[in-house]
Amino acid sequence: MSAQVLSQYQDYRKKRLYFFLILFLLLFVVIVLSLFSGSADISLRDLYKIISGEGPAVSRQIIYKIRLPRITGAFLAGTALSVSGAVIQSILRNPLASPFTLGISGASAFGAAFAIIVLGAGSSYSGSNDMAVISNPYLVTVSAFLWSLSSVAIILLLSKYRGATPEIIILSGIIISSLFGAGISAMQYFSDNVQLASIVFWTFGDMGRASWENSLIIAVILVPALIFFMSQSWNYKSLQSGDEYAKSLGVNVSGVRLTGLVAASLATAVVVSFYGIIAFVGLVVPHIVRRIIGGDEQFLIPASAICGGTFLLLSDTLARTIISPVILPVGILTSFVGAPLFLFLLIRGMGKDYWT
Amino acid sequence: MKITIQDVEFSYNGFPVLKNVNNKFEKGDLVALVGPNGSGKSTLIKCMNGILKVRKGTVLIDDRSISSFSPNELAREMAYVPQSENRKAVLNVFDIVLLGRKPYINWKPTEQDLRITSDILNSLNLDHLAMRDFNKLSGGQQQSVYIARALAQEPDILLLDEPIANLDIRHQIEVLDLLKSLSQKGITVIIALHDINMAARYASKIMMLRDGKVFAGGGREIITKENIENLYDIKVKIIENNGHTFIIPDGLQKHH
Repeated sequence: MSAQVLSQYQDYRKKRLYFFLILFLLLFVVIVLSLFSGSADISLRDLYKIISGEGPAVSRQIIYKIRLPRITGAFLAGTALSVSGAVIQSILRNPLASPFTLGISGASAFGAAFAIIVLGAGSSYSGSNDMAVISNPYLVTVSAFLWSLSSVAIILLLSKYRGATPEIIILSGIIISSLFGAGISAMQYFSDNVQLASIVFWTFGDMGRASWENSLIIAVILVPALIFFMSQSWNYKSLQSGDEYAKSLGVNVSGVRLTGLVAASLATAVVVSFYGIIAFVGLVVPHIVRRIIGGDEQFLIPASAICGGTFLLLSDTLARTIISPVILPVGILTSFVGAPLFLFLLIRGMGKDYWT
Repeated sequence: MKITIQDVEFSYNGFPVLKNVNNKFEKGDLVALVGPNGSGKSTLIKCMNGILKVRKGTVLIDDRSISSFSPNELAREMAYVPQSENRKAVLNVFDIVLLGRKPYINWKPTEQDLRITSDILNSLNLDHLAMRDFNKLSGGQQQSVYIARALAQEPDILLLDEPIANLDIRHQIEVLDLLKSLSQKGITVIIALHDINMAARYASKIMMLRDGKVFAGGGREIITKENIENLYDIKVKIIENNGHTFIIPDGLQKHH
């Protein structure tokens, strides 16, 4: 009989591997779809030529300089946000947690506003097309990143002082967010029109700022973070049964929680610093994945990573084409799609265990 | 394995919960920790497996202090069954029991981990539940799964915090029979228990705690009218029948 249970369980694990296969297929389809979508028409034959190094120079430029960097950027950003969300939800045992729970979005938006107004990165000119232009994007990015680290540092200090319980961390995050929100309001009050427009423009999560260089920097943080999360998946799984039980399994509970938060925060902060605030990916995608494959972090983490990347890439492709030639910032689209989707999940899940 | 509690003291935020607790249990003992609410039973169990750090004194496993074990090493010697869990994430029973292999797992479970898990499910007659959602099981089934999960750690010492508190009488007996058979296989089983009748029936050793101090310790012979009345501040009748001791509550004791 025991052999039967074992083979049942192994079948069950195999089914999850098929799920990954489907995810990769889906990702491939979305990438191809995205390569073809856009104002310039590029046919399948053109694409084939471009890949084999021929084809018209303009199309080559469009594929290599515009679409591929944007596809890579969107995939990496979605992966980072979603996997950070999955990890933060697990280690805080809270389904409402997301990469922004710790105040990272507020802090980095504050950082961007700080660079634009105090450091003068956005005030020098506004473009001829009436669009606010950020004259020094790297200064804004660096400032956003450093300020978002400050929110992480505040939470680490608080939890060191008061013990790293999930409740303390979540409440600190809410308070830090509102503090930075007040800071942004104050700076906006004292800013001129162009600066104000620059701040607002920056906070729209927009993949238009994607480039190979940005992707490389994100990957340098994201890839080690992913490996780290995978190595920790059994620790995260233990935390689901409560801190005391996890300790009895030999897990260093506060260490696991803090390192996980720092890694997830870094991965989120670097994405937000480049692309602005892209809401709901880190909240909704891990929820959907949990519903499909359950709460086993060993599968949840990689599945959230792939799904998040695919989801953001698909959203960005839609954002580029839905009211073409106008390109919507993807953050607006994810909010429009994410909010009803989240409500739908909530309503469908009523009467059942919340976190299923 | 032998477990020795030596001069253990513990306080929560400066409030002493355990005061100078001493005791010693042998391999294969089935120990019932009894005493009123707040007497320190759960705290003592948590101090024994290092969930809580003792303020003074030590706990020794075969004469070796638990503070000298690495966390994984300790988790392979000693398994803990909590009173209840506020579990939200969805896992099936097999995955829950497999979690007990954690002290042996690095990146992912090996074939051996899976085999040990399925053997334990089999030996506790939980085969038919293996693929079920744990959250949807009855309280009795969940308790058996918790014990299975603890056994997956292949421990020599098993610590349980009120394992029968929420079970009907049939499941209480099932769980205690199981624990007794485990102790007969050489596992030292230590249970925090409210039901003194069950303690009298199953335990080979009894440790009475009151106000964080050892009130009495020894074999079943310490279950006397006087001890129980003074331990809980109640009046009881004791009935001996067929070699079993039955404790029947008979009202509250008047304080002086």
